[in-house]
Amino acid sequence: MVRGHVLVCGGTGCHSANSDDIYDAFEKEIEAAGLKDEIQVIKTGCFGLCALGPIVVIYPEGAFYSQVQPGDVKEIVSEHLLKGRLVTRLLYQETVVDENTITSLDDTDFYRKQRRIALKNCGVIDPENIKEYIAFDGYMALAKVLTEMTPQQVIDEISKSGLRGRGGGGFPTGKKWAFAAAQPVGDKYVCCNADEGDPGAFMDRSVLEGDPHCVLEAMAIAGYAIGSNHGYIYVRAEYPIAVKRLRIAIGQAREMGLLGKNILGSGFDFDIDIRLGAGAFVCGEETALLNSIEGKRGDPRPRPPFPAVKGLFGKPTIINNVETWANVTRIILNGADWFAAMGSEKSKGTKVFALGGKINHTGLVEIPMGTPLREIIEEIGGGIPDGKKFKAVQTGGPSGGCIPAQYLDIPVDYENLIAIGSIMGSGGMIVMDEDNCMVDIAKFFLEFTCDESCGKCTPCRVGIRRMLEILEKITSGQAKMEDLDTLENLCYFIKENALCGLGQTAPNPVLSTLRYFRDEYEAHIVEKRCPAGVCKKLLTYSIDPEKCKGCTLCARNCPVDAIVGEVKKVHVIDNNKCIKCGTCMSNCKFDAITRK
Amino acid sequence: MSCKTCTCALVGTPEQDKKLRESTASLKDGGSLVMVLQEAQEIYGYLPAEALDVIAEIWGCSTESVYSVATFYSQFSFSPKGKYAIHVCLGTACYVKGSGEIYSKLKDLLDVEDGGCTPDGKFSLDACRCMGACGLAPVMSINDDVYGKVTLDQLPGILKKCN
Repeated sequence: MVRGHVLVCGGTGCHSANSDDIYDAFEKEIEAAGLKDEIQVIKTGCFGLCALGPIVVIYPEGAFYSQVQPGDVKEIVSEHLLKGRLVTRLLYQETVVDENTITSLDDTDFYRKQRRIALKNCGVIDPENIKEYIAFDGYMALAKVLTEMTPQQVIDEISKSGLRGRGGGGFPTGKKWAFAAAQPVGDKYVCCNADEGDPGAFMDRSVLEGDPHCVLEAMAIAGYAIGSNHGYIYVRAEYPIAVKRLRIAIGQAREMGLLGKNILGSGFDFDIDIRLGAGAFVCGEETALLNSIEGKRGDPRPRPPFPAVKGLFGKPTIINNVETWANVTRIILNGADWFAAMGSEKSKGTKVFALGGKINHTGLVEIPMGTPLREIIEEIGGGIPDGKKFKAVQTGGPSGGCIPAQYLDIPVDYENLIAIGSIMGSGGMIVMDEDNCMVDIAKFFLEFTCDESCGKCTPCRVGIRRMLEILEKITSGQAKMEDLDTLENLCYFIKENALCGLGQTAPNPVLSTLRYFRDEYEAHIVEKRCPAGVCKKLLTYSIDPEKCKGCTLCARNCPVDAIVGEVKKVHVIDNNKCIKCGTCMSNCKFDAITRK
Repeated sequence: MSCKTCTCALVGTPEQDKKLRESTASLKDGGSLVMVLQEAQEIYGYLPAEALDVIAEIWGCSTESVYSVATFYSQFSFSPKGKYAIHVCLGTACYVKGSGEIYSKLKDLLDVEDGGCTPDGKFSLDACRCMGACGLAPVMSINDDVYGKVTLDQLPGILKKCN
């Protein structure tokens, strides 16, 4: 009789921090303690609170152990599992009430305001075991659709729910399906876009790693709705764990007759193949993705014709991203009204965000649409580390923008983010503090898009490079104020004239920082100064004569002998020789060196 | 396989050649060129010019068209990687936490350029876009081992462990 479960996070974050070793150690110690028949060890998907990984949760108590090391496992087994005493020092401190009492995880700041729908099963079930998925209502939605609903009813239900594409564009999902369903009967395809390219977003990966069946089930539902028998999942090769679990899931679903011929005796056939991406950001754009699935260069195609009319292999195709798929089964089971009751007027349901950068609780959070940014960053995210001051939050990755402090109270939804010059994007949310230079961040994103531009259209291929050159001039102190006008004009030109989404949105990081942080650009140009102290070519180091003790440590470590001074006398930096490496500053024991 | 233009040493072993030919032929139906290239890179560790010729021959297309696809994707490499392949994440979450400096420091320490390999074949260095371990930023990996919350001071020690 199993009396307890040990859930070990097997998501990429915790996996990178050796959670596999922790899993093995639990198996070994539990066997040694003779508890093998009583305690079950399960490797789950992501719990979300990656900052505290590796994470282990033990039920029925719901004890949330954080930053567990393999060496801690013996103690957890002997204390918690054998004697029933919590190992307080390893518990997530927010859940600790006293010596042997804990509160529910749902009462902590990080989880309290979350509403987990797309992430419902992540961190709950064993993703490599289809039976666990089925035990949590898995494949019930598919069964309901096949036995009780017509294809049109399925499309109506999805349309009524108000679900919009979670990959960035926010196109109504039901409408997309309806377009494809209206095409003449024949070969049609259902695609899952799992080419999560925004560097800093990892919700799609977490869904695939933690709950792969929910994507398969949703794709089969869409196949029934539009009259398609074949699906493709296009997933990044950089996500090996997700790929492995998807393969296992597809194999198990086929074995149980939930994919393949005549599913559940309904006469409906549907099967899914995986295609691995090969590292090209533009392949997240739907027409480029289709070319890539076909094995060609991932060049985008002009639209129209839209994929719903002429997509994969020239046939009608729908493409939705992973998080969108993850909502479908829940909508079918709970009803469109249930889903539409969450969120804001035009953005229904929840959205998963990947919190990263200068924030205490890095990780994945799922919140109802319309939650104010401030709540996400200050309450759920736990604020900025080291008492630093918030400067901006970047949403939408290379296609999005930086949002300054004055807009922290806006409710997050598709329209509001566009109105302030950013986009929802796939849900990356990178927090920046006073130490980040906004010109440098704009340059970082342009380097990215410049590198990832496929080269097919001139505005993107040439225009972005010209923009990058101007930003390089600015960050090295060689720009004039006129360059800012040229930069801005280029932004609007590229937005209007580029062929696909990559080029059309590439200027956003520059436009939004120009809009809200123009003073930083001007400081670089006029005063030849980087206010955040990031742009190396504009920095000057100096020694505070009041604090310098003449210990000579800086002079001895300077790689170019730019510091002169005698023992026990104030030292001076020769700025003509200084290469701004910062070695002196990190070596000084008296905080005597300043950087401006 | 033979080199058409010169008498240089053949690339790879006969087993690798056999494997390449088999998988290229088997993917001709229902597979795609990207999948063939992924297989080839799996077999050789990179894409040797001769392998691309073999693929073109079996698929009945021009070598140029194979190159056109292979050069498009950053996953494909045309030169061998080091025994220890180092990747530094330059995704946004890692970048705002200083991974750019980690990358430059490694370039200095190893004396290699972007995507380069040390002359002894021991280390290669590449930047990559988000490994999805943003909670551990800044992140780098050496082969399959991931290093999180890396600081500049730790780098010499991390490299020393590779022997």
